[in-house]
Formats: sequence, C-alpha cells, structure tokens
Amino acid sequence: MTKTSFLPIAAAPALAAVLLAAPLAADGPRLSPIKDPVVAKECSACHMLYPAGLLPARSWAAITANLTDHFGDNAELDAATTQRVADYLAANAADSAKGSGKVLRGLGPAAVPTRITELPWWTRKHDKKDRITLATLARKGAKFKGDCKACHADAERGIFDDDE
Amino acid sequence: MVRKSPGFAAILFVVPPLAAASAMSPAQKAIVDRYVAAARVDPGFSGPSAERGRAFFFTRHAGGKSDTPGCTSCHGSILAGPGQMRSGKPIEPMAPSVVPTRFTDAANVEKWFKRNCGDVLGRECSPAEKVDVLTFLLGL
Repeated sequence: MTKTSFLPIAAAPALAAVLLAAPLAADGPRLSPIKDPVVAKECSACHMLYPAGLLPARSWAAITANLTDHFGDNAELDAATTQRVADYLAANAADSAKGSGKVLRGLGPAAVPTRITELPWWTRKHDKKDRITLATLARKGAKFKGDCKACHADAERGIFDDDE
Repeated sequence: MVRKSPGFAAILFVVPPLAAASAMSPAQKAIVDRYVAAARVDPGFSGPSAERGRAFFFTRHAGGKSDTPGCTSCHGSILAGPGQMRSGKPIEPMAPSVVPTRFTDAANVEKWFKRNCGDVLGRECSPAEKVDVLTFLLGL
C-alpha cells in the first residue's frame, strides 16, 4: 500500500547515524554580495538584500520584467533603474561566470523559479532536514521562510554558514 | 533698542500652528510646491489641507489589496515610530522630526506614492491627495 514508500522504522537509527556523522556546522555557499549601490538600495527597500547568485539569470529576468506584481506587491521602478537592476542581476546570477553552480544543482534547464525557496538545492538544505518549521520561523522572528538572515546573519553579505 | 509691540507678541502666539510649514527644508518645500502646481490644474483645488491629509492617511480605503487597506497597514498609527514591511523589514518613521531626510528626494516620494496608492487604493493618487498627505506628514 502507500505505506511502503516510507522508510522502514529499522532504518531510522542508521540514517540518523549517517546524518550525525556529517559535520554539524558545514559551511554554506559563499556568494558575492550586491555591489552596485543603486541595485542594493532598490532591492533592499522592502526585504533583505538577496545576493544575485541565489537565482539563475532567467529567474531574475522574469522577476524584473514583472515588478508591478512582485510577490503580490507593487515594486515598480522607472525604466532606467529597472534596466540597471536587471543587467546587474543577470551579470551576477547563479549561472553567470561569477555564480556558484551548487545553488542550481537539480534544477531543470527549463525551470524558472522566482523564489529561492523553490530551488531543489534550497529544499534539500532546509525542508528535507526539517530545519524550517513554523516554530523555528517564529523563534527566529522570520515572517516567511525566504527571510534568510533570520538564521543566516550574514546572508546579505553572501555568507550562508549554518548557524545551528 | 528693539521694543516688542503687543502686535509682535500676538504674532508669536499665532505662529505655532504654522511652524511645521516653516520648518520644511527647501527640498521638502520644492516637492510640495510641485504637487501643488499639478493640483491647481483642477479648478476645484482649494489648497493644501493637513486635516484632509490626516483623514486620508488613517482611512480604511477600498479598491486596493485586502492586506493593505490603508497607509497604516505598513506605516502603523504612531508615525514617530517605525512601520513594518510585509516582509517584516522595518520602515523608518514617517515623521520628519524623527527622520529629517523624509520627503527630501522627489523621485523617491513619487516612486512610493505610485506603488502604495496602487496597493492601498487600486489606483493612482491625485495631485491634491498627495499635497494633503504630504502637508499632514511634513507637520509631524
């Protein structure tokens, strides 16, 4: 039946042992922080400043093409500023020469995620290890699971080391 | 020597309600003046009103997004204190007496009117509405 897809109970201790054998404070990726002051100002006006290397260029293009509906909010910019932001994000995206391929592992070439939390890499690092529960978010003061810096204090500087 | 006439004292007494307007920086005044000029295109425009601006700011509007029915949805009701973005990020207090750089960058003011009027009212704000809201806020 459907239960056969679950891990046999007996395997759980073995799995736990494997997980515990891994370093507890493994270093997360180091990404380049946003260096353009205009991009930094506009992209941090409403939320934390996400490093460009967290999404592929096609995702940034989709986001900057639709700023009037930016996750439900109007984040409209004038044409010149929009272009500057779009160009910077494309040039520094995860799949640019400056990016880290690690972030894109497991992502299909046609997939255009607009949320970092939709990346298979992100899910592997968080959901599957049950790191982000409602209780955790509440304790850390995060209003949503994409608020990286609630747990990764240096996220805006591109440092995502595990802090617990 | 200078003698204070009773008239001078009377002027001093009358001045406080207008003090906010005179405390405006040149940059702030230039921004208000631009919206006033735009508002005057409407012959019904009766001049800036901080009271109308206050009412507009604290009204629960219709036509916008359900989670942002008013200015206070994000800015809060205590305008000398911080507001909060939907993301949880704090918003600097609106009161220029607390944050003197408030309403000193014309492009920034217009950018936020455009975004926020859309989110709160589902339309652009009129120049007269902007004049009133700015006049109210600049008095804080």
